[in-house]
Amino acid sequence: MIYNIPYIAVVCLILIGLYALVYKRNLIKMIIGITLIQSGVNLFLITLGYRKGSIAPIYTSSPGGIMALPIPQALTLTSIVIGVAVLALMLSLVIHIYRHYGTLDVRKIGRLNK
Amino acid sequence: MSIPLPEYTPALIIAIPLLGAFLTPLISRINDKLRNIFVILVLGLNLFFVSILAYNIFTKSAQEPYIMKYVFGGSQNIDLTLPIVRILFEVDAMSIFMAIIASTLMFVAVIYSWAFMKENTGLDKYYTLMLLLTAGMLGMMLTGDLFNFFVFLEITSISSAALVAFWTHKGESVEAGFKYILISTIGALFVLFAIAILYGQYDALNIAVLANAIQYTFLDKIALVLLIVALAMKAGIVPMHMWLPDSYSRAPATVTVALVGATLASLYGVLRVIFTLYGNILLDPAKFDIPVNIFIGWLIIPLAVISIIVGVMMALRQTDFKRLIAFAAVAEIGYIFLAIGTGLAAMGTEYGRTALEGGIFHIINDALDVGLLFLVAGAIYYATKEWSLNEMGGLARNMKYTTIFFIIGLFAVAGMPPFNGFASKLLIYESTFQLNPILAIVAILCSILLLAAFVKVFHSAFMGPKLPKFKDVKEVPKSMLFAMGILACIIIFFGLFPGLVLENIVRPAVDALLSNAQYLSMVLGGA
Amino acid sequence: MSEMSKIVRTITSIAFPFAMIYGLYVIAHGHLTPGGGFQGGAIVASACVMILVAFGSKWTLDKIKEKRLSVFESIGAVAFIGLAFLGLIFGTVFFNNFLVGNEYLFGVIPTTGVANINTAGILPLMNFAVGLKVIAGLFAIVLVMAYATTNYKEGKK
Repeated sequence: MIYNIPYIAVVCLILIGLYALVYKRNLIKMIIGITLIQSGVNLFLITLGYRKGSIAPIYTSSPGGIMALPIPQALTLTSIVIGVAVLALMLSLVIHIYRHYGTLDVRKIGRLNK
Repeated sequence: MSIPLPEYTPALIIAIPLLGAFLTPLISRINDKLRNIFVILVLGLNLFFVSILAYNIFTKSAQEPYIMKYVFGGSQNIDLTLPIVRILFEVDAMSIFMAIIASTLMFVAVIYSWAFMKENTGLDKYYTLMLLLTAGMLGMMLTGDLFNFFVFLEITSISSAALVAFWTHKGESVEAGFKYILISTIGALFVLFAIAILYGQYDALNIAVLANAIQYTFLDKIALVLLIVALAMKAGIVPMHMWLPDSYSRAPATVTVALVGATLASLYGVLRVIFTLYGNILLDPAKFDIPVNIFIGWLIIPLAVISIIVGVMMALRQTDFKRLIAFAAVAEIGYIFLAIGTGLAAMGTEYGRTALEGGIFHIINDALDVGLLFLVAGAIYYATKEWSLNEMGGLARNMKYTTIFFIIGLFAVAGMPPFNGFASKLLIYESTFQLNPILAIVAILCSILLLAAFVKVFHSAFMGPKLPKFKDVKEVPKSMLFAMGILACIIIFFGLFPGLVLENIVRPAVDALLSNAQYLSMVLGGA
Repeated sequence: MSEMSKIVRTITSIAFPFAMIYGLYVIAHGHLTPGGGFQGGAIVASACVMILVAFGSKWTLDKIKEKRLSVFESIGAVAFIGLAFLGLIFGTVFFNNFLVGNEYLFGVIPTTGVANINTAGILPLMNFAVGLKVIAGLFAIVLVMAYATTNYKEGKK
């Protein structure tokens, strides 16, 4: 049962992120929802590489024994870098939107009349 | 009878636009015209390599399917005793078919943007992003590794979202770009979730190794649904099409042509997942109580029919020129998915194969037609600075060549002979009629309604009395006419000789899609 | 944004070289310990952003323009792709590790569990290229965001 806790945490993070994305009106809160979903998927990737009783997969002066899988850690690193780039792009677009419309409420932006 | 190519050509197709994209900011500090010529040369060289590789693969595929493989970073022989296979590019006839479409669209878009984007500032970032978008699209189409596909999918969506929001002095473009990046990121995160589920079960990321090892457990069904829905969301199927009219209509016209390529790359992803990754289950349906191909096929067909109906109905009541063409693009994607669904539901019969041929032929027709229509819309915006159909009128006297290109695009998109839309739509009508007659009736009716919508556009923009505010509107510059002329010549050629295209280009692609034994043997069987 | 008080500025000036040296250590030893190009580059970029926050955007924008940073970014990216092409010219495939096995530059193959920095072929060179690109890129993002919000607060468009 205790080995299932990271998977339950993944599902909770993704559901909270989806709730923030669907029910909140502020643009910054929607971006925070996307960041929560990214954190959930990254946690899922790392948890898949754990073997029972293993240590960190570092080769330099390691004390021996079973090592955890290093490939999901490389995949997670790539996903974190992509997340940083997407976050930077979304925040720059929010700065431009605020300069034009004066508000961050998603119900007031995007009507076809200015 | 094939031209000898170096064996690292698939990697060169990706590496040349990447090197060009990173050299463009350095070159643009020297001179502006030099940078324009450099970008056109890089994309021309890319198109040259892609077409020679396509000629090799299509001529050798007449006897048996021919696939070219390139392994990164190690020896070209794959050692299966190691726990994981390296990243490799595996190019078969379907991949190189989509790569020709993407390279041609980007080449035409960059020639067109010589004159169209001339008064804007920040052009070095624009050309860097166009080259990065080319590398991302071609990488999605040529790769044989699932996580590599995800990385190139993200490169494509980030570059195209930044390009959609290029006109930052207008508020609507920035809002369309924000909506696009929000929806793209959610789709890509669900693709990553599905890849993680498949990796956790089978400890492999390569498409061929996964296709060999897959059993149809409950987690595999979840991964299949997540992959199809997320990639179809990026391709623009109703009810997930909300981003498509805004992004296509508020971006510059050259960026819209590049976005058509990115949409078709996601469509290629759906095809690769259904036919190659889950191909062993589709071809041997006797093991399961519901035949899998009928189940997936009859799931896709209602969505496709709703896409066609919604696209055409919304296109009839628009007054914005580019938004109307964007809804017509949604309807065309619906036609392609209708053909794919019919081909899946009737797999193994004669008319199922005809449906798949019609669908794959319609991909290249749709790209060319919709691309030409968007370039015409951009030309009208460049000349008159108007985008609403209520304000235009009588432009056929001033802009003769643009009118001729619009007539060609109109007849091609509505499926009239002798243009290329007729051949592919006839194949789709024939095959869907034999599956269920109601589908064919809906498809033909909506095609006629699409013709009605475009005749309305033609009449209100080009015909009518001469308006006094358009008195000194001249024809657009020659580089834009040249770019539109390239697309129009290809459309007329495909329309006059459809049998030639069907035999040599479409049939090898459908063969490569339907039988994945050759694809698997490149990695697993050696040589 | 305006600058902060004198205590913050003094402590930032003292802490900045330590953070930079730590970040460059993480980049350079990427093939032995956890780290590498992106991780070390993010640490150095955080140190540079600390300078931006402490000293105010007007002072920092006088010292560094955004166009100079874009040249560094391009040099880092061209070096990465150039090393991949050199793997094709000197070796056999793209991204081939052609420096493993020679005697004078990053070529030593280790035998026991502990290795020194002079190993692992072209991996340290690629780490340097990616680190340079990440430092320039992340710092340019935050610099441009500071520039955009400053102009907006002063009432210009």
